[in-house]
Amino acid sequence: MRGNFSTITKMFSASVVAAGLLISAPAKAADDTIKVGILHSLSGTMAISETTLKDAMLMLIDEQNAKGGLLGKKLEAVVVDPASNWPLFAEKARELISKDKVAAVFGCWTSVSRKSVLPVFSELDNILFYPVQYEGEESERNVFYTGAAPNQQAIPAVDYLMSEDGGSVKRWVLEGTDYVYPRTTNKILEAYLKAKGVAAEDIMVNYTPFGFSDWQTEVSAIKKFGSAGKKTAVVSTVNGDANVPFYKELGNQGIKAEDIPVMAFSVGEEELAGLDTAPLVGHLAAWNYFESIDTPENKKFIADWHKFIKNDKRTTNDPMEAHYIGFNMWVKAVEKAGTTDPDKVIDAMIGVSVPNLTGGYSTMMPNHHITKPVLIGEIQADGQFETVSRTPGLVMGDEWSDYLPDSKDLISDWRAPLSCGNFNVATGKCGGKGTN
Amino acid sequence: MNLFRTIGLMLLFLLATLSSSGAGEADLRGIIAKFAAAKGFSEIGAVVHELAAAGDPAVERPLAALADGNLYVRKADSLVFVGKEAGESVQLSDPLSGEASGEAAKDDITKIKVNNTLRRVIRDALGTLTLCAKDPAVRIAAADTMFKTPDAANIGPLDTAIASETVASVKALLEQARAASVLVSDRPEADKLAAIALIGARGDRDAVSLLTSVEAKSTDAVKQAATTAIANINSTLAFWDAGQNIWYGISLGSVLLLAAIGLAITFGVMGVINMAHGEMVMLGAYTTFVVQQVIRTSFPGLFDWSLVIALPLAFLVSALVGLIIERGVIRFLYGRPLETLLATWGVSLILQQAVRSIFGPTNQEVGNPSWMSGSFNVGQLAITWNRLWILVFALAVFGILLYVMKRTPWGLQMRAVTANRRMAASMGIRTPWVDALTFALGSGIAGIAGVALSQIDNVSPNLGRGYIIDSFMVVVFGGVGNLWGTLVGAFSLGIVNKFLEPYAGAVLGKIVVLVLIILFIQKRPRGLFALKGRAVEA
Repeated sequence: MRGNFSTITKMFSASVVAAGLLISAPAKAADDTIKVGILHSLSGTMAISETTLKDAMLMLIDEQNAKGGLLGKKLEAVVVDPASNWPLFAEKARELISKDKVAAVFGCWTSVSRKSVLPVFSELDNILFYPVQYEGEESERNVFYTGAAPNQQAIPAVDYLMSEDGGSVKRWVLEGTDYVYPRTTNKILEAYLKAKGVAAEDIMVNYTPFGFSDWQTEVSAIKKFGSAGKKTAVVSTVNGDANVPFYKELGNQGIKAEDIPVMAFSVGEEELAGLDTAPLVGHLAAWNYFESIDTPENKKFIADWHKFIKNDKRTTNDPMEAHYIGFNMWVKAVEKAGTTDPDKVIDAMIGVSVPNLTGGYSTMMPNHHITKPVLIGEIQADGQFETVSRTPGLVMGDEWSDYLPDSKDLISDWRAPLSCGNFNVATGKCGGKGTN
Repeated sequence: MNLFRTIGLMLLFLLATLSSSGAGEADLRGIIAKFAAAKGFSEIGAVVHELAAAGDPAVERPLAALADGNLYVRKADSLVFVGKEAGESVQLSDPLSGEASGEAAKDDITKIKVNNTLRRVIRDALGTLTLCAKDPAVRIAAADTMFKTPDAANIGPLDTAIASETVASVKALLEQARAASVLVSDRPEADKLAAIALIGARGDRDAVSLLTSVEAKSTDAVKQAATTAIANINSTLAFWDAGQNIWYGISLGSVLLLAAIGLAITFGVMGVINMAHGEMVMLGAYTTFVVQQVIRTSFPGLFDWSLVIALPLAFLVSALVGLIIERGVIRFLYGRPLETLLATWGVSLILQQAVRSIFGPTNQEVGNPSWMSGSFNVGQLAITWNRLWILVFALAVFGILLYVMKRTPWGLQMRAVTANRRMAASMGIRTPWVDALTFALGSGIAGIAGVALSQIDNVSPNLGRGYIIDSFMVVVFGGVGNLWGTLVGAFSLGIVNKFLEPYAGAVLGKIVVLVLIILFIQKRPRGLFALKGRAVEA
């Protein structure tokens, strides 16, 4: 009991200290530092995923300072906690830009939090680096998307399952959590599968609520759907917390990866850390990065991370790599522009190329998305992924899906003279609207 | 001289023993050595086929190791070994004899990669090889694999296996596997019709799956027989589906019961709107995690007992936290439900953040003991062990709680304070202590619910959030202050939910249940079983 009390008091005193720091920060902040905003939830539902990204950013900023900072100044992280509360994201973003005068913000995880901060960033003209795979159908001047667009994750994943290596899948279950990312991704996938000649009765789409924990009915429906004499696979956009019970139920009902593989887009090393993965060996995930990738850059990154977080067991994951790429791109663009003025940095960002952790270079494209390799990995008994397929080259992020009727004519190019995020090539006008 | 003779004798002896299989072994080694040069999954697959075609049961070891990702190539000499990871190094053994061949650092060997397609190929290959294994379970697995991957070439080996099979149940499975293979062969129609009858009698989803593919490929009488067999199986399966929905409903009900039963005490009996109830469940789950951590590092042999050990500890931890909350916050707020709600909400946030600071924001791994893993079949109904144990556990907790409330002096005092506080006080009952202990009891029960829920859900700081709404729903629906109401409420909500889910989907199903409850509460504001007491008066 005393333990509990002492932690509570520790927490209180920690928050008092933190508050004190926040108050004192503006006083000493003169022109000798460049401030970088970190906008990730440290409490609430999303803390499970976002806290890691906050720590990763702190590590990157530390390392940059050790290298001598940027433009001869030290970088200073300003951490705020939007507490998994979507409107609070907008408030905190405004606070970071107006009050703390940050040069750029790294943050957000869910699409709804990103949507909620968009108006703030365009109004106050600042930069947001968004590190998570998302549904696409968006390209904003003030946002740089370092996570995967659907064509950098979902489409190659489905291609793999359709290939001989992936088991020549003929029947598809699209299982997702009920919100914008799974719904839009599944819309794109459904259109894509139909274009590839998959019949409508061979596609089953199902949604479950956030944090869903009783998967018995869904898993047995998958089993039933899979017993039609055709090779079946599940494409899962199930988010966060709901994954552990989902996989536990799959294991308990004896669905093996050899029979019905599950391809997940939101399950990474971090999510698997809470699971005994022995019954899950062979289930798949599609990402642009795996911790198991064997490159010197990645080995160094993992070693630095373990040293920074003081825990050898903490995993690295795809959004962390996205921040790694995004941060290095920003540093390079600031050096190129010679200033941290967001307007100039936004223009300097396009074409910037930095090494990624999978042994290649990622480049910022004119549509504010980056080039990445797409990797398909199989879950191993030790909770890591083994890469079983990798796109031969880098894939360029496609913000407006070619498989949705509303967005197939749209392109984005933020270079002058076009400078438009939703240019309709059919009508020749800027200002198209996508699906969602 | 003597030495030479001994060696000579030994060599002769060796030659004699090896003459039957010796040449084969050299061949096998030759094939296995090809793994070292194989690039890509298709080449590895070719080597697997070659190994399987050799038809020697000895290849089971390397193939099984390959399927498990335990086959390695030593970089220095390109020799293939079966490896077992032991910390930073890997213990190597010979792929055929299993003799230990020393250790190697992870960097000095490369793992031969497999993917799902390869695993399937290996499984099929092993199926044919293990048909005559000593262990009936292995033979069952082999028959199962061969049933799922029928091949005309399997008929011969299956015939021999059937002839020598002594266990009736395994024999039946082997005959079904043979029937499946007959269906994809070019045997005469009469054979195929007999095979369809045999498979139709099996009556499960795998049979439907197989018959559907047969139906699509064949013509005339066979096609017709397959169609009728599918229809027959589907009609029996529809019956089992209903049974399955009921079982799923009961299982969901038992989870709801576990989550709500503590609340039935704190909210139901005491009338405290305790928003921190979910966090008591979470504390129980984290206690389980800590217990398992200690067991893993210090007493690995006790792992199967971890939940039993965690139960009393989880009860104590949650009960103590509950006691402190009651003494520290809630006792000042009796009769002020709105303030209690806000205060306990605040407490729940503090507890969540405290756990987040101590254990980190990520999920913690709580393992299933062996007796809670896997499933068994009753007819066509797959029942998973963990769900069954949770049901048993929920009913046991309910029974114990009912006994405490109805048959012990403490329960009597509790009920007396609930019914009439002032009268109870005049009878010499220390009502503040009864309040504190009742609240601690409710919290402790939530803690042991956490032990059970750690088996099916995430162990994260958010664990409690998912259950708080459902718990209140169950208690309000069942009737505030009545344990039986909580029981009936939990199971009926569970079953209704699971019957709606296949038709309406999980999202809509939940909404429909909520609307139904709202309508029900309009009609009967006090729930299924209303009780007189403080909660009603408030």
